[in-house]
Amino acid sequence: MFNPDMIRLLAQGIWETLYMTIVSSLLSYVLGLPLGILLIVTDKNGIHPMGFLNRLLGFVVNFVRSVPFLILLIAVIPFTRFLVGTSVGSTATIVPLVLASAPFVARMVESSLKEVDHGVVEAAQSMGAGVWQVVTKVLLPEAKPSLILNAAIATTTILGYSAMSGFVGGGGLGTISINYGFYRYQSDVMLVTVLLLVVIVQVFQEIGFRIATKGDKRSR
Amino acid sequence: MSEIIQIRNLKKTFASDKSTVIALDGVDLSIEEGEIFGIIGLSGAGKSTLVRCMNYLEKPTSGSVIFDGQDLGSMNEKELRKARRSISMIFQGFHLLMQRNALQNVCFPLEIAGVPKKEAQRKAKEMLELVGIADKAQAYPAQLSGGQKQRVAIARALATDPKVLLCDEATSALDPTTTQSILSLLQQINQKLGVTIVVITHEMGVIEAICRRVAILDHSRVAECGRVEEIFVNPRSDIAKQLIYPHGKKEPVFQKGECIRIVFDGSSSFEPVVSNMVLACGTAVNILFADTKNIDGKAYGQMLLQLPEDEMAKRKIYTYLSGQNLHFKEECANV
Repeated sequence: MFNPDMIRLLAQGIWETLYMTIVSSLLSYVLGLPLGILLIVTDKNGIHPMGFLNRLLGFVVNFVRSVPFLILLIAVIPFTRFLVGTSVGSTATIVPLVLASAPFVARMVESSLKEVDHGVVEAAQSMGAGVWQVVTKVLLPEAKPSLILNAAIATTTILGYSAMSGFVGGGGLGTISINYGFYRYQSDVMLVTVLLLVVIVQVFQEIGFRIATKGDKRSR
Repeated sequence: MSEIIQIRNLKKTFASDKSTVIALDGVDLSIEEGEIFGIIGLSGAGKSTLVRCMNYLEKPTSGSVIFDGQDLGSMNEKELRKARRSISMIFQGFHLLMQRNALQNVCFPLEIAGVPKKEAQRKAKEMLELVGIADKAQAYPAQLSGGQKQRVAIARALATDPKVLLCDEATSALDPTTTQSILSLLQQINQKLGVTIVVITHEMGVIEAICRRVAILDHSRVAECGRVEEIFVNPRSDIAKQLIYPHGKKEPVFQKGECIRIVFDGSSSFEPVVSNMVLACGTAVNILFADTKNIDGKAYGQMLLQLPEDEMAKRKIYTYLSGQNLHFKEECANV
């Protein structure tokens, strides 16, 4: 199997997978981070309770997260076409990837921010900090190690989703594994692509873990 | 002295779906500028809620909090945030930012107030020096001991030059030695900077050590309020008695002979009265009960002595005590 064509194909697959994963992760955080912050701030025990908005956001997040990714992938095809012009290839896959992972990221962010001791927030408020200052100067910096760790988890989950999109021509290692390994019974190709995915996941996870631990001032 | 905080008929209820909890039920207090005022009570008495109402972290259900002549209840969010810079707070759990070092923690309230970075750092260093841990400026909270953390918290609270420092069980998580050092630091800050200090605690020892006046909170109300020494000598409410004599004030039933009760009301200095008396009169006495405290070098409390049956010796003792300006009264001995 290791002919130049196949190697070029795999290299292309790795590139596409990384491209989809990284761009989707970034965009998921562009949407998910503010959403997660909103969820925590508007919570009934939050720093600016807004019951209705909180319940609405919570519902939307849960709703999108309940839809199986493969279904979502197909359901948003018209929207993807409208946005990107096509529904196949790695760029097109970014659309459903972001839609599916942003709510997930929002929950991750929410749980990270929830770990911040309420007393510290109270202390900041006792010094006259407003909502925005509490978010930017207390919640986010204090939750940084946890946010980074969760970002690594989110990225690897998005990587998994991206591989799944291979079923509808999403591009990347997932597509190769499905087209060659699954449809053409080339188990060696399937094995190699899976191994490559394992390696990429390991690398992302390790990088995230290292940055999070190194930056955490709570460890002596 | 003028009043810096006035609390009038303050009520706070917490309503949940099923029940309402009354945390404060008509509290009236006034705290004078420059004093160290204690608020003591058992857990659940409403102390923490009361202190949180003083800076409106907790909005009272009714009643008013007047800080430095201004009603906090009439302020909008922005004015309130500004007022809070003059009412600092320290906590039992320190509540330092774990991802910032000591210096950055002290800079924090200044950043919030919009003080330029350089100016903030200068002030922060000065504050760390004041609390005696300038050498720990670069250390992170995780590397500091409890006492050091509380010192950073105190420096942080003082950075904005507040008029009032609220201490919510600030020493309750510390060991006795560290507690003493933090209390003397607070006392020193009070004298040096003239900051009014409000101490919330459940330990009588804390009140005794540094407070001038105390309010005793019980079941969401002020049970008793006044000068510390007066309350110590003559606790009127049950809760005050309970706090001053935590193990119950049990006086033994004396057996034989005549007894006298000596009351120390602060007019004599804290010295070994009984030993001196025994030496001076050359006769032994039996201490049946004693509970005295040293407050500001003055003796407070009372002592119950069983006297010898010998009339001469008895008279000697009476004369000696009168000469020492000590108040005493005879008690009948029941068998």
